[in-house]
Amino acid sequence: MKEIFEIRIHGRGGQGAKTAAQFIVEAALSKGKHIQSFPEYGPERAGAPMKAFARISDVEIRTYAPVVNPDVVIVIDHTLLDSVDVTEGLNDDGVLLVNSPLSSEEIRKKTKFNGKCMTVDATRIAIDAVGRNLPNTPMIGALIKATNCISMDDIEESINHKFLKKIGEEKTKATINAVKKAYEEVK
Amino acid sequence: MTKLKTYKEIPIGGLIEKAGSSVEFKTGDWKAFKPVWDKEKCIHCMICPVLCPEDCIPVIKGKDPKRKETDFDYCKGCGICAKVCPVKCIKMIEEGSEGDSSD
Amino acid sequence: MIPVTKSKTHALTGAQAVAHAMKQINPDVVSVFPITPQTEIMMQFSQFHADGLVETEIVRVESEHSSMSCCVGASAAGARAMTATSSAGLALMWEILGVASGLRLPIVMPIVNRALSAPINIHGDHSDAMGARDQGWLQIFSENAQEAYENTLLAVRLAEHKDVLLPVMVCQDGFITSHCVQNLNLFEDNVVKKFVGDYNPKKALLNTDDPVTYGPLQLQDYYFETQKQRADAILNSKKIYLELGKELSKVTGNNYPLFEEYKLKDADAVIVVMSSTAGNTKVVVDKLRKEGKKVGLLKPRLFRPFPYAEFGKALVGKKYVAVLDRAENYGANAPLFGEVKNALFDSVVCDENKNVPKLKSYIFGLGGRNIFESEIEDLFNLLLTGKFDETKVGYIGLRGEQK
Repeated sequence: MKEIFEIRIHGRGGQGAKTAAQFIVEAALSKGKHIQSFPEYGPERAGAPMKAFARISDVEIRTYAPVVNPDVVIVIDHTLLDSVDVTEGLNDDGVLLVNSPLSSEEIRKKTKFNGKCMTVDATRIAIDAVGRNLPNTPMIGALIKATNCISMDDIEESINHKFLKKIGEEKTKATINAVKKAYEEVK
Repeated sequence: MTKLKTYKEIPIGGLIEKAGSSVEFKTGDWKAFKPVWDKEKCIHCMICPVLCPEDCIPVIKGKDPKRKETDFDYCKGCGICAKVCPVKCIKMIEEGSEGDSSD
Repeated sequence: MIPVTKSKTHALTGAQAVAHAMKQINPDVVSVFPITPQTEIMMQFSQFHADGLVETEIVRVESEHSSMSCCVGASAAGARAMTATSSAGLALMWEILGVASGLRLPIVMPIVNRALSAPINIHGDHSDAMGARDQGWLQIFSENAQEAYENTLLAVRLAEHKDVLLPVMVCQDGFITSHCVQNLNLFEDNVVKKFVGDYNPKKALLNTDDPVTYGPLQLQDYYFETQKQRADAILNSKKIYLELGKELSKVTGNNYPLFEEYKLKDADAVIVVMSSTAGNTKVVVDKLRKEGKKVGLLKPRLFRPFPYAEFGKALVGKKYVAVLDRAENYGANAPLFGEVKNALFDSVVCDENKNVPKLKSYIFGLGGRNIFESEIEDLFNLLLTGKFDETKVGYIGLRGEQK
């Protein structure tokens, strides 16, 4: 068992991979964990493929290297499957979570990944819930279902903390509902 | 000759800790030319004391101010006073030349 | 480490950590000019300012040259002045950096280390700070957000100490720690404020009861003497750094050594590396120690003044030492390597046994290139074999180059 639980998120610039990583670690922090999250800063172009990382641990996290052997890979945009090797460094005991209307069997076939693979149509959930294509937060719901590495209550709290003042109660609630819906729908 | 201080004796960072210390710095020996002032011809218009860059033309203050002899401890001999004098009562002469009676 | 005083853990970036330190320091004047990746510090600090949490006078300047000039003026006037910068910003300040230290002004400036152009690059390396390393500023390097936060607090006291009176840079790695969300223990405002204290300048331009002149002309008669004073002051600051570090320890429970020794004592192979990469290296040291390999790390914290004697003492007798620089020094030894080599020369001259380690210079991570634990592990394993060519500079993560 690795001491540090590592998550790698694949997305495109502007899709909120960095924010999702931050929500995840903030939720873990409230359970007293050691945490770390950072994006892979490239040229920072909207729409360009990018990665963000999150680490959760009971021991101090010292490394600042990018996550090489993730326990979980989250793919926020399934079109990346064609251009990026999302399963690089992901062992068969790891988890692959993909935002896609396709089934996990289809994704497994496409990625040739033999471990635990789950999909959820986070884009549809986000559009239904908040009216915008922001699949990053629903994917956290999928992460909770798949790994239990953080709790739904803590995520709710960090989303409230970040959004309540900024976008108001109604939209914040819709965001949280989208997370819960993805939690239920992911398979 | 003033004895220069060691690095242990001077204020840090080149700081000058005392105000008005430039009085101690006599610049009068810098001049090649010196002004000779014709007291009789002078109308005390107060143009030269104001324009003197070294502020070394003393003035007796009052309703009817009068200038006094140039303070040669500080005069650098720039010649501005001679140039601006409306009655041409200041002449610049070479230091130590024949007309120089200051020594 | 158990903090001595109460602290609360937050999820913050290294840049935000420094901004929090600045909030607690509450400087009189902060000059602000944006440059990636430093900008995040000033964004956060400006937020504190807008929220009324600091009483600082923020001056929005038109360049970094002006930014440092603003700090010089404010500091000479008697204010506690701060700014922050990166890369080209620090380079543009260069002229005024020497003015700040030459006038003995205790300005504190967090630096978020970033590569210098050209080619243009916004990512983390140490080229900027190394280019300014000999300008009479103290330089402290921070491994993580926590160190950057605490070093900033320490820097204020250090700069303003009557036997120092020199400006201080507090460095951290651009993006790698400045933009990485991590655990940060923030200490309570009142204990921090008590440690930092008020700034009472002995001579201030705005003190009309005791008028002074800052920055007069000094030619052949006094310029030399004034430089000797500055040289002495920065050497003496090492002692003050340690003293104040002990005082800060009482608040934080953490230590502030000249450099950190990590499993160094009995190590055969040692890596010397600063800032965030020391963190990556510790992970590898732990892993290899479990395999019974005698490896260790030496992480410099105070880079200026450079503690030569202490370095020599720590490294003499080791078998293999690799010094990793995140900066090139074109046409000369890499900056950190050169210092370590100097330190060893001094100590070898004093050491009759002449147990000088086999020492090799490595360059890595320029322009923010990642350094992976596997690369550090490979390096340690290579060092342990003793079979490496110490006459050539090694490159880690460079295409086309052998280690």
